[in-house]
Amino acid sequence: MSVASASLDHDGRSGGALNADALRADARRESHGTLALLSPGLLLVFAVIIVPIGWLFWLSLFDETGQLSASNYARFFEQASYIKTFVTTFKVAFVVTGACVLFGYPLAYMLSQLPRRAAGVCLIFVILPFWTSVLVRTYAWLVILQRKGLVNTWLMDLGVISQPLPLANNFAGVVIGMTHIMLPFLVLPLYASMKSIDTDCLRAAMNLGASPSATFRQIFLPLSLPGLASGVVIVFVLCLGFFVTPALMGGGKVIMWAMRMEQTTSLYSNWGAGAALGVVLLAVTLALLGLFHRLLGARATGVWSRR
Amino acid sequence: MSMENALPISHRQRLWLYALGGLVMLFLIAPSVIIVIMSFSGSSLLQFPPQEWSLRWYEAYFGSLEWRDATIVSVKVAVMTAVVATLLGTAAAYAINARTLRLTGVINALLTASLIIPVILIGIGTFFLYARIGLNNTLTGLVIAHTVQALPLVVLTVLSGLRSYDMNQEMVARSLGAGRFSAFFQVTMPQIRFSIVSGALFAFITSFDEVVVSLFISGGETTTLTRRMFNALRDQIDPTIAAISTCLIVLSIVLLSAAQLFGRGR
Repeated sequence: MSVASASLDHDGRSGGALNADALRADARRESHGTLALLSPGLLLVFAVIIVPIGWLFWLSLFDETGQLSASNYARFFEQASYIKTFVTTFKVAFVVTGACVLFGYPLAYMLSQLPRRAAGVCLIFVILPFWTSVLVRTYAWLVILQRKGLVNTWLMDLGVISQPLPLANNFAGVVIGMTHIMLPFLVLPLYASMKSIDTDCLRAAMNLGASPSATFRQIFLPLSLPGLASGVVIVFVLCLGFFVTPALMGGGKVIMWAMRMEQTTSLYSNWGAGAALGVVLLAVTLALLGLFHRLLGARATGVWSRR
Repeated sequence: MSMENALPISHRQRLWLYALGGLVMLFLIAPSVIIVIMSFSGSSLLQFPPQEWSLRWYEAYFGSLEWRDATIVSVKVAVMTAVVATLLGTAAAYAINARTLRLTGVINALLTASLIIPVILIGIGTFFLYARIGLNNTLTGLVIAHTVQALPLVVLTVLSGLRSYDMNQEMVARSLGAGRFSAFFQVTMPQIRFSIVSGALFAFITSFDEVVVSLFISGGETTTLTRRMFNALRDQIDPTIAAISTCLIVLSIVLLSAAQLFGRGR
């Protein structure tokens, strides 16, 4: 009170002090109101995502006899089939991410350099597949790549090959199909970051006598790396947990992490083992995202899209 | 007369870049184009371009009770998901935008959790939970699961609408005596309605195209279109799926264009 009276000579302060209680009550009412608006959504997410995952985590800590044990996790190191699954998963993730960089970078670069209108038209080629069902696109690749598919029929009609190439139902098929699905996830954040590069920097470099390729290598490329990194992390993380394309295009030969989870839970009803796989997958995903966040700051991870 | 990238590099010097970019664009769009064309083929062989044309795969699609039922289930679930997700998502975005709460980090993490957590884990977890409370193979269960997946998109879309809206307008309305709700519905909502509609459209596509979670929690009478397609693709390549795929592609184009138009309406 003494503080309030001491500042009486400053105009308006005393009124503020008198109203403080009413204002505080109002602020509380306001924040209760916003909490009420948030709670339905938060509750739903909590009930459908957090609770089951916590439950699965709990389950993964017990073996078949109900004893607390690490056996569900130990088996990842002991059984060759699990190790093979992890190796396959990381191999696919690396190759697909590499292919996405190889194809995505030139496309994003071109989009960022085109005049507004042309870029808008070309962006449709990225956004439309992005919003087309994964199932539809996987089906399309099956039609194109399978034994009697379009590519093999064409090549055989042209006499280039006499035996159909093994393009689907194997590693190559999974990589091609997944690259197609992941590409927009790389191109969109990369394009956004390239758009924000100040063209004055490039113009200055060229004014100072740098050749176009030197300008690209020394100015544009380094400035585009954070955007590229965020695209790479998104694609890599999505690849690790990807299910639909490997399940349909792997021909049963390419077993990835998510497929393994589906098999252990649906086919063998081994919830403990499936849950442990899920826990490790989530841990790896969060660790990669966290590491990336730490390295590049919040700005880059902000560009996250669906699925 | 665009001066925006007036770098002293001619288009001719960039031909290689355009060629490369064009090839990648072709890679992205070709599968959809091929499927659309092949859906009008008259033969059950996979030929491109088709030798004869017909609508037989569309007749097979619309004539099949199984496909029709699955489509109806998917439409029902997608409509309900769009409604529920839009309501919850708009409310949440409004609350986040007001910034009167602490723990915004936790709240954002929760609301966008379904974008980050591997969807296969969500599928298994949801199945596990639903098995205990009897929600597997029900429309309610599907709508709840899809709503959780669509929620982040609605929140982000509406939030971006709210960011370009001056909240003081609502304050003015309230200081002039309007209640909370009438201030929102009469002042704020008309100005962010385009983002809300876009969010609803995104929620609809998200639900309609969702595969992995539906694979676990739908079945029997509530088999969704995507689940039935997935199973059909595991067995053999039925050209009927080309017709269904074409319908899905057209749906995506229509909804995306609508979202674009609404987005511009702001």
